[in-house]
Amino acid sequence: MAQRTLSTEHPVASIRVSPNGNRLRLNIIGSLNAPGTASIWDDTINPVRTGKYTHVEVDCSDITYIDGSGVALLLKLREEAGLSGGKLELNNLKDEHKKLITLTWDCDLTQLISINKEHRGLAEAVGETTEELMKGLHDLIAFVGESSVMIIQSIRHPGQVRWKDVFLSCIHVGVDSLFIITLLGFLMGLIMSFQSAISLQRFGGEIFVPNMLGLVMFREMGPLVTAILLAARSGSAFAAEIGTMKINEELDALTTMGLSPMRFLVVPKLLSALAMVPIMTLFFNLASLVGGAVVMLSLGFPLVTFTSRVFSYLGYGDFMGGMFKALVFSILVAGIGCLRGIQTRSGASAVGLSTTSAVVSGIILIAFADGIFAIAFYYLNI
Amino acid sequence: MNTNDPIISIQNLTCGYDDTVIVDNVSFDIFKGEVFVILGGSGCGKSTLLKNMIGLYQPMNGKIFFGTDELTGAQGEQRDKIICKFGVMYQMGALFGSMSLLQNVMLPLEEFTNLPREAISMVAQCKLAMVNLENAAYKLPSAISGGMKKRAAIARAMALDPGILFLDEPGAGLDPISSAELDELILNLSRTLGITFVIVSHELESIYKTADRVIMLDKDVKSIVAEGDPKQLRDTSENLFVKRFFHRQPSLGKTGHDKNVSTAE
Repeated sequence: MAQRTLSTEHPVASIRVSPNGNRLRLNIIGSLNAPGTASIWDDTINPVRTGKYTHVEVDCSDITYIDGSGVALLLKLREEAGLSGGKLELNNLKDEHKKLITLTWDCDLTQLISINKEHRGLAEAVGETTEELMKGLHDLIAFVGESSVMIIQSIRHPGQVRWKDVFLSCIHVGVDSLFIITLLGFLMGLIMSFQSAISLQRFGGEIFVPNMLGLVMFREMGPLVTAILLAARSGSAFAAEIGTMKINEELDALTTMGLSPMRFLVVPKLLSALAMVPIMTLFFNLASLVGGAVVMLSLGFPLVTFTSRVFSYLGYGDFMGGMFKALVFSILVAGIGCLRGIQTRSGASAVGLSTTSAVVSGIILIAFADGIFAIAFYYLNI
Repeated sequence: MNTNDPIISIQNLTCGYDDTVIVDNVSFDIFKGEVFVILGGSGCGKSTLLKNMIGLYQPMNGKIFFGTDELTGAQGEQRDKIICKFGVMYQMGALFGSMSLLQNVMLPLEEFTNLPREAISMVAQCKLAMVNLENAAYKLPSAISGGMKKRAAIARAMALDPGILFLDEPGAGLDPISSAELDELILNLSRTLGITFVIVSHELESIYKTADRVIMLDKDVKSIVAEGDPKQLRDTSENLFVKRFFHRQPSLGKTGHDKNVSTAE
C-alpha cells in the first residue's frame, strides 16, 4: 500500500553519537517532527540499547523543533537507558520544548506496555470456548422456548399481534424475493433437467427426467434453496435490524416501556416467515417445473408427457413433506436471525458479526434439520 | 496572543443541504493559539459550518483558507496537506469500535508517517497520557465512559500534532466534573502547546471558562449575530437573541412572555 507521508516543513534531523567509557553523549540536530524522528530513530535508540551505559546525555541545544514524535524518541531513550541500568539526562533543552515534554515526561509508559502482555494457555482457551458454546446453547434453548410460547399466545390471542408489522415483514421477506426465487427455480429446473437428460440419453432414459425433477424439487431442493435464500436475504436483515436497535438501546427502551421485544420484534418476523416461505417454496417448485419443461420440449417430448409423468409420480405425501420442511426451515432461519440480533454486543462491528453468524448458523441448522428429516421420512415411509 | 495573519480565514461562506441555505454569507478569521467558539441555538447551523470548515461538505459559495492554502476545491495531495494541519473530535467521539484506544490513536500515525512501529506505539501512548487515559489504552471504546471517549477522541485528533483542533460539542452529555476536566484539558493544550481550538458548543459554563472569542449564529438571520469575548457579550450586548441565549431565557413564541428582555431592543 502506498503510504502518504507528511511533508517536511522543518529540515530533517541528524544524530551525533559520542561514547566515552560508560557515558554516552547524543547530540540531536534539526527537527524532531515525524519525518525527522523516523530518520534518526534506529541510530539513536540502538547505541543505548546495545551498550551498557550508566549515563546517557542528550544535548538538545541544536533541536530546532519538537512534536509528539520527538517526545516519544526521548521517552524511548529514557526507557532503554533505564533497562541497561543507566540514567538519561536532557541538557540545554529550550523552554518552548520543555513545555511539551513535561506533559508526558512523568507518565510511566513501561507499565502500560506490560498490561497488554496477557497470554492464555490452551486449557484456558478450550475452557473459554466451551463456556461460550454452552452459553450459546442455553440462549438458543431459552429463545426457542420463549418464541414457541409467544407464537402459541399469538394464535390464542390474535389481537395482541402487531399485524401491520407482520404484513410489512411479509412484503420484505416474500414479495420482494419473488423475482429471485422464481429465477432460481427456473434456472435450477433447467440445469438439473438438462444435465440429467445428457446422462440418461445414453441409456435412452430421458423420459424419466420429469419423474426425477418433480421428486427432487418438491421433496428436497424447493424447501432447501428457499430456506438458504431466506437465510441470506432475511435472516441477515433481521439480525442487522435488531442488532442495530440493540446498540441504539431501542430494545432497552421497549423493555422499560413494558413492551416485550419478543412480541414487538420477533413474533411478527417469525409469523411472516412462516406465512411466506411455503408460498416461496411453491413458486420455486413451479418455476423449476417450467425450466424442466423447456428442456423436455427442446428434446422433442410433448408438454403433456412431461406434466403427466411429473404428477403421476409425485405423491401428495411428497408435496406435504416438502411444505412441512419449508415451514420448519423458515422458523429456524428467522428465529436464528432474530436471536443473533438480540445477542449483538456493542459497536458497529458487532452488527456485522451478528449478521454473518445469522447466515452461517441458519445454513448449518437447515443442513442438520434436513438430515433429520431425511432419516425421519425414510422410517415413516413418506 | 493573536498575530496579524489568521490561521483560518472564512470568506463569504454560504453552506447548507441541497437547496436549503443554513448559514448565509459569513466571514470571520481565527488566529493562532486562540480558543474560538462557534455558538448558537439548536438548528442554527453550527455543526454544518464546522463540517464545511473541515472539508466534509462542499460549501455552496465562499472560500475557506488554512493559512494561505485554500481548502475549497483542493484535491489529492494538496487536500491531504491541508487536512493534516487539523484534527477533529466528533460529537460522539467517532472512535473505531473494533480498535482499542491505542490502536485508534496509532491509526493516523501508521497512515501518514514513516515512523517505526515502536515509535508509533510510543507516540500514541504519549497522546493518551496527555489526556490522562494511559491506563485505558487497551480498552475498547465500548468499555469506557462518555467523557473518556471524548478525551480519547482528542488524543486521536492530536496524533499528528496538528496546530488546529476542531471539537464538535465536547461537553455535551458529560457530567460537570468530566466537563470541567475537558475544559482544563483544552486550556492546558492551548496554553502549553499553542494549539488553536475551534469549538462548536452551547455549554455556557465551558464557553465562559475556555473561549477567547466567540461567534454566535442565529437560525432566523442565518448568519453571525454577535462576535467577541463571551462575558462581554453576555454583559453588554443589546441584541435580543444574544441576551436571551446568555441569560437562558425562553423565546417569546413558545411562552407568550418575553421575560425582562422585551425592552432590550
